[in-house]
Amino acid sequence: MKPFLAIVRRDVRLAFRQGTDTLMTLAFFVIAVVLFPFGVGPEPNVLARIGGGVVWVAALLASMLALERLFQTDYEDGGLELLALAPMPLQIVVLAKVLAHWLATGLPLAVVAPMLGVLMNVPPDVFPVLVAALLLGTPTLSLIGAIGAGLILGARRGGVLLALLVLPLFIPVLVFGVSAVEVAAQGFSPKASLLILGGLLLAALALGPWAAAAAIRQALE
Amino acid sequence: MSLFTGHDLICIRGERRVFAAVRFSLPAGGALLLVGANGTGKTSLLRLMAGLGRPADGAIRWNDVDIAEDPESHNARLHFVGHGDAVKPALTARENVAFWAALRGGGDLPSPAEAGFAKAGPDAGLAAFALGPLASVPGRYLSAGQRRRVNLARLAAAPAPLWLLDEPVSALDSDSVARLRNAIARHRAGGGMVALSSHGGLEIPDAVTLDLTDFAAAAA
Amino acid sequence: MKRLDWFANPARFLKVARAVQPWAAGIALGLGAAGLYLGLVASPPDYQQGESVRIMYVHVPAAWMALFCYTMLAMASAVALIWKHPLADLAAKATAPVGAAFTFLALLTGSLWGKPMWGTWWVWDARLTSMLVLFFLYLGYIALNGAFDDPARGAKASAVLALVGFVNVPIIKFSVDWWNTLHQPASVLRAGGPAIHESMLAPLVLMALAFKAYYVWVVLIRIRAEIAAGKIRAARLRATGSAAL
Repeated sequence: MKPFLAIVRRDVRLAFRQGTDTLMTLAFFVIAVVLFPFGVGPEPNVLARIGGGVVWVAALLASMLALERLFQTDYEDGGLELLALAPMPLQIVVLAKVLAHWLATGLPLAVVAPMLGVLMNVPPDVFPVLVAALLLGTPTLSLIGAIGAGLILGARRGGVLLALLVLPLFIPVLVFGVSAVEVAAQGFSPKASLLILGGLLLAALALGPWAAAAAIRQALE
Repeated sequence: MSLFTGHDLICIRGERRVFAAVRFSLPAGGALLLVGANGTGKTSLLRLMAGLGRPADGAIRWNDVDIAEDPESHNARLHFVGHGDAVKPALTARENVAFWAALRGGGDLPSPAEAGFAKAGPDAGLAAFALGPLASVPGRYLSAGQRRRVNLARLAAAPAPLWLLDEPVSALDSDSVARLRNAIARHRAGGGMVALSSHGGLEIPDAVTLDLTDFAAAAA
Repeated sequence: MKRLDWFANPARFLKVARAVQPWAAGIALGLGAAGLYLGLVASPPDYQQGESVRIMYVHVPAAWMALFCYTMLAMASAVALIWKHPLADLAAKATAPVGAAFTFLALLTGSLWGKPMWGTWWVWDARLTSMLVLFFLYLGYIALNGAFDDPARGAKASAVLALVGFVNVPIIKFSVDWWNTLHQPASVLRAGGPAIHESMLAPLVLMALAFKAYYVWVVLIRIRAEIAAGKIRAARLRATGSAAL
């Protein structure tokens, strides 16, 4: 447990000292959402209708931003080899790095989401569902993203490639995340969607670190 | 007594055979010096020894047990120094060393004062490579040689019986080379083993030399 | 060792490939011609869809092939990762563009069929949407496979991706179906209709078999080309190696 926490602490510390990851992710999130009223017009009903979906899509794209560097900087400075040579399974190392990545990017997204909900005219009583769905969904995005981040190590044009690899795999999270918000906005219980989001998170927890570790191992070989 | 051995190793990079029929045997307190021209596989062999790749054929064993059978135990007993120095620009020299030490369970997480309880620990590592004055300097201000010393400080910060050093003297000044030589001598005196590649500049008393050029010729 | 042995002696596979290839080509062309004749000329138009039902004889087998090829891709990738069989790497690499082409064909014909049926080129129908996502998965595979300077790296990374994608296909399918029922568009006429008449079944099966044979044919050609390319790389390496010594 101690080495696990050491990795989480180091990565969070790096994220905050360099300061760009969280800030960039949040800034992108806000700007992307703010573009929509310009795109579709400021009609409150239209905004309320698409608000949940827009916030989700923007969160999904924003969570991609810092993903490319999840393993890349460690790969370039030789640290990834040393992490792979730590006396613990590589899956646990991956899990620690994903947790740190989520704390630095996914969690802040969920926290500021209600503010964007206000801008998009989403009814305030839906905010708890929006935040809950993001809290359940963004870790899944980080876990799936970790697989992509491992696969692109050493590839040409890794960032664009990562988006191409990972975005199609994000679709289920997007579908159920948005459906939770929309169902709640219509006054029904979002329980089914939230449960499925939880199920996706469990599946990603079981499979993601394993696949990402396989990707990293072949990159280091 | 522990024993680290390699048997009839074949290494393939991409579709190219780098070397074949390489054997080595490293007893406790022993040193293995890998020499050979560029591209003969010194780095590849060290990486195989670390378990970062699998040999295409042959086996690497620790006390007659294949290292592939239990990679985590093997990781726990080795230090690997590669081309990259793994020094984070945003962390101080001490934080860098402390992190790697903590990863191996030998570090002090809560307070720096605790480090005094054992000889190992980040501060012992820093002291071994004269990094004390640089302890609180962030990695981004360190020179190439200083970064390399921070990387080497891991060796002394958390004890491990097997050191695998790939070109450890590159970018080091003569004082630092002497410190590395001392560290290796102390390590071997305590029963540790070391395998290193070098283009010269670091004499190791009674080291076994393995010239990989011989095995590259056999492969072609 | 296996890898070396095999690269040194691909003769066995090449021999089999050379024997099978003309047969696969013949079957593909023969069954394809028969299927197209039955589908486009000899079968009656559908009472609801009219002549445009004939698009189905290409669309449905192409959609089947899209899934079939992804399954083959995942299987070949699993074999390549577990047993490190180099032929499996080549088979996976050869399969991907063929699968992507079939997926694209399914999308294209689906769109062509949709224009007279739905009055628009594209409807976010659950099946078409799933096909579109599958197409993206193929594109990701192909892009990753070609993104490395060392072809062996590309093969390994994309094999991991193919398996991850394969696990995700049912989940994506499920979520797209859910999403589709949530936003049910006004009375969409389902492709294929309620039941398939016999006169439609024969050309459908013939076309499906022709597509399978075509797959074998093209994949064999592509694998042979990859082997030849590998030999050229090996010869170049030997040339540079001996120059260095």
